[in-house]
Amino acid sequence: MPLDPGFWALQALNALQLSMLLFLLSIGLTVIFGLMHFVNLAHGSLYALGAYVAAALATVGGYWTGFFLAPVAVAGMGILLYSGLIRRMRKSGPMAQVLVTFGLIFALLDLTRIIWGDIALAIEVPSLLAGRVSLFGIDYPVYRLFIIALGFAIFAALALVLKRTQIGAMIRAGVDNDAMAACLGINVERLFFIVFCVGCALAGLAGAVAAPLLSVTPDMGLQILIPTLIVIVIGGLGSLQGAIAGSLIFGFVQTFGAVLAPQLASVLIYALLAAVLVIRPMGLFPAKG
Amino acid sequence: MLDLTSVASGYGETQVLHGLSLRAEQGRVLAVLGRNGAGKSTTLKTIMGLLPTRDGTITLDGQPMGKTPYDIARMGIAYVPETRDIFPSLSVRENLEITARRFGDKDSPWTMARVLDLFPRLGERMDNGGTQLSGGEQQMLAIARALLMNPRLLILDEPTEGLAPIIVKLIHDKLMDLKREGLSMILVEQNFGFATSLADDVVVVSKGQVVWTGSADAIRADEDAQHKWLGV
Repeated sequence: MPLDPGFWALQALNALQLSMLLFLLSIGLTVIFGLMHFVNLAHGSLYALGAYVAAALATVGGYWTGFFLAPVAVAGMGILLYSGLIRRMRKSGPMAQVLVTFGLIFALLDLTRIIWGDIALAIEVPSLLAGRVSLFGIDYPVYRLFIIALGFAIFAALALVLKRTQIGAMIRAGVDNDAMAACLGINVERLFFIVFCVGCALAGLAGAVAAPLLSVTPDMGLQILIPTLIVIVIGGLGSLQGAIAGSLIFGFVQTFGAVLAPQLASVLIYALLAAVLVIRPMGLFPAKG
Repeated sequence: MLDLTSVASGYGETQVLHGLSLRAEQGRVLAVLGRNGAGKSTTLKTIMGLLPTRDGTITLDGQPMGKTPYDIARMGIAYVPETRDIFPSLSVRENLEITARRFGDKDSPWTMARVLDLFPRLGERMDNGGTQLSGGEQQMLAIARALLMNPRLLILDEPTEGLAPIIVKLIHDKLMDLKREGLSMILVEQNFGFATSLADDVVVVSKGQVVWTGSADAIRADEDAQHKWLGV
């Protein structure tokens, strides 16, 4: 195996691209959990739904229609789930929440099967982002660079909102201590609803950008769920830094593991997860110190 | 202004308040005294909606109290908990802004400038993290944050707990200033001298019920009641 600089650059970019996809998924899930201690295992299914909606819209109106409307559609699904199920389950404890959202995974899986069938859908990379560019001595697909840039842009935007705005301060206060936040007149339930919708939209966005890279299949949501949960546990619950750090760690360990130590690759990330749980059970950057 | 009538409340299966009734009057300070575990903090948490009222009623100026802490805060009740509950992820400034931005404007009685005037120490610490403060500074911040809600009624749970005597004196003087301005307050306190010098009215709680009601002067004079209910 030639381990020249080009190899490292290529794998590093691949790792970054996987990390950014995981970041888009984990950020919503982790803040929802941090704010309301609500476990939404169906988050991965919303990602799959985003991919399907994007694929369906792409055949009608082109890639960008899907890119912009899939997050909206998935946020709409989030509103339905919230008002139909989640709001009623807010006080019913983690066991019931895990069971119901786990059941939702299968309900949404079959829903996508009924609508789109079992065959994998493919979606074209948009012409604007087709082709490759020369970077660090290698040719790299523009579309993958786009995903990396998009991930960093979303991270920067969320960091700005969380650190600099009043609603960001309210979200941080709610994650720190939701009961006290409510006593100070913060409508924590409405805050949770907003965060939940944004989280759903980001999951839909992740699905839409992943669609041209992966084949769009009904079980893609289930496949991404475990990596997303690992990211959250490694990073620490409820925090933006945790989500980005966990995503980067997962992306790099997974990508480099697969090429440098293929026989260990599937174990490596779980070994890391176990190590984090032993050394820092709360994760690397938990919101509650 | 605030009436509790035969209120029952508690944690999970454990009932702590057994038909507790009390009244806090407009423009006066009510001290709630009693031994550890008597139900003082539980009373305040029940008023704030942090614990459900299982029986009895709570009214504010005759209106039934809101169901959730959010509704209750919106009715004009500000709460300073025993644990102060400063948000660790927020700076001192953000801890204050979180109430100032939504409960006040330039013409409100309490503005950022005015609470910093009341507690100048906070002004020097504005960009510190909420948890980098000493216990006394955290208490000042919790009170300042509550005042910025421009409340009709301020509820304080053990404001002197764990504080050095000089800080206790400072908190006492500041609360005295607030009392002179006519702010209605309910105060839960272990420090008998602190409580009775601030309070107009006193109720003593034991085993989840009010066992003594009277003025601050009366409880200071009533050594039997002090001995029987407070172990002073």
